Amino acid sequence: MATSARGGGEGEAAAGGGGGGGAAAEMEVEAYRRLFPVAYFERHLRESVRLDARPLASPRDTSVALGLVGSADGSALVKFGDTTMVAAIKLEVMTPPAESSDEGSVAVEFYMPPICSPTVRPGRSAEVAPVISKQLSDVIMSSGMINLKDLCLINGKASWIAYLDIYCLNADGSLFDAALVSTVAAFTHLEIPLVSVSDDGRVVTVPGELEGKTKLPLVNKDKRKLMLNNVPFSLTCGLHKEHILVDPTAEEESIIETFVTVVLDTLGRVVSVYKPGGSVLAYTSILKECITLAKRRAQQLRNILNESVSAMEVDKSS
Amino acid sequence: MRAMGMDRLDGRNANQMRPLTCSRNLLHRAHGSARWSQGDTIVLAAVYGPKAGTRKGDDPEKASIEVIWKPKTGQIGKQEKEYEMILKRTLQSICLLTSHPNTTTSVIVQVVGDDGSLLPCAINASCAALVDAGIPLKHLAVAICCGLSETGSVILDPTKVEEQKMQAFMHLVFPNSPLAVLPEGSSSKHDEPFEHGIITSVTHGAMPERGYFNCLDRGRAASAAISEFLRRSLQKDGS
Repeated sequence: MATSARGGGEGEAAAGGGGGGGAAAEMEVEAYRRLFPVAYFERHLRESVRLDARPLASPRDTSVALGLVGSADGSALVKFGDTTMVAAIKLEVMTPPAESSDEGSVAVEFYMPPICSPTVRPGRSAEVAPVISKQLSDVIMSSGMINLKDLCLINGKASWIAYLDIYCLNADGSLFDAALVSTVAAFTHLEIPLVSVSDDGRVVTVPGELEGKTKLPLVNKDKRKLMLNNVPFSLTCGLHKEHILVDPTAEEESIIETFVTVVLDTLGRVVSVYKPGGSVLAYTSILKECITLAKRRAQQLRNILNESVSAMEVDKSS
Repeated sequence: MRAMGMDRLDGRNANQMRPLTCSRNLLHRAHGSARWSQGDTIVLAAVYGPKAGTRKGDDPEKASIEVIWKPKTGQIGKQEKEYEMILKRTLQSICLLTSHPNTTTSVIVQVVGDDGSLLPCAINASCAALVDAGIPLKHLAVAICCGLSETGSVILDPTKVEEQKMQAFMHLVFPNSPLAVLPEGSSSKHDEPFEHGIITSVTHGAMPERGYFNCLDRGRAASAAISEFLRRSLQKDGS
């Protein structure tokens, strides 16, 4: 709880001085935080600092690790502060539908198991989970990140369906942003298995160790990596009165009512500007500010992703 | 303007919306109801409430809004869940939630016909139904769909066929223009008038940044017309 102790210093002044100090003062700050969350939060904002001692415009520490799930064809673990996402891709061969015979497909599912947050009850799935799934598949499709034709194996006969599953292990705010980074990272890590056509015309996958031994012709020997174009990255900004808070935590999300999520791709195109309601109206100037912040964040995320890719390559070669 | 020259399938020009109709108080059991149509896109909305109690997890010091989306056919999927959430958050932002604490107001949206611009049509219908039910509102919301073509021209209120042909399209919701003179400084600290602020923005398809802001401008201009239509329609039924 190092972060809350740092925030506590600010809150102490807000509570009008806790008196004796030590444990008693600490308790009072905690009580104030629970009883008057909005006043506590706004007291911080007046000092241009946030509950976890971040400045308003800085996102949390972000880390990306590739290839954590051994049984998947591509996987990644992404952390935004305490928000943790695991994305895994499993490829399966399917017969493409007649109207798009030279294309594969991507099936996205976002899961929020009860361990991720105290607000998710076992048995009943979280309200936001299907919405985030939908948003993710919309963004993947409309950014053109994946050329579905690259997922084709044999025209009209066989193509890949990529099952992308994202598990939220800890829901501490900005879920969509973290889920999108994990999606991009998992696709970056994706290694397409070798397949060949057996004598009776069926498409079979060839395990790596048999690569040189099989007599059957390999269908996709030179297509082992998926080319990613126009990679999208997103940033969620919370709008509270005249303040713009970047990458909000779950505690901030419970206080702030208005959020703007901006998704930009590598070409600088706007893939999505998503603002579902909220008490603060977004004027053009605020939207421009959010887009500027998102550009900066996209660059930062791109660097973090590149670093994790090169770190993995170093691991492999050593 | 380039956009003006582009003829559309149904003979409209780029700035032209399909004919709007709004009728209220159609359902006898509901506390408020409205039917809103834009061409062949037709939505029926019913409002029940405020009923006592809020759902677990909602703030009991505020009124809670529940949205149930009924598609024309079939079961509800992710798309409908997303619509429900956007509609709920949008309606929450226009309702005076503190005037009926610890109550739930249900808004049931039945899609009668879908020919593009479905979400804006549903938002407009729900807003009229809330007025019909007498739920206290801060202001009205007017929703519009804008389509952006590859060449950068903007069309208003696209049909389903047009939506698929567009490079991008977006659903925008604006507050209606206030008639009352607001006290100095309360409207906005920004250079823009109150009704230019965006309540909801949902976009589909990648587009240049400039294209997005072009659509905002056109959407704002069109929202003034819808706002005028809504106000006239509510006054007519009310008298």
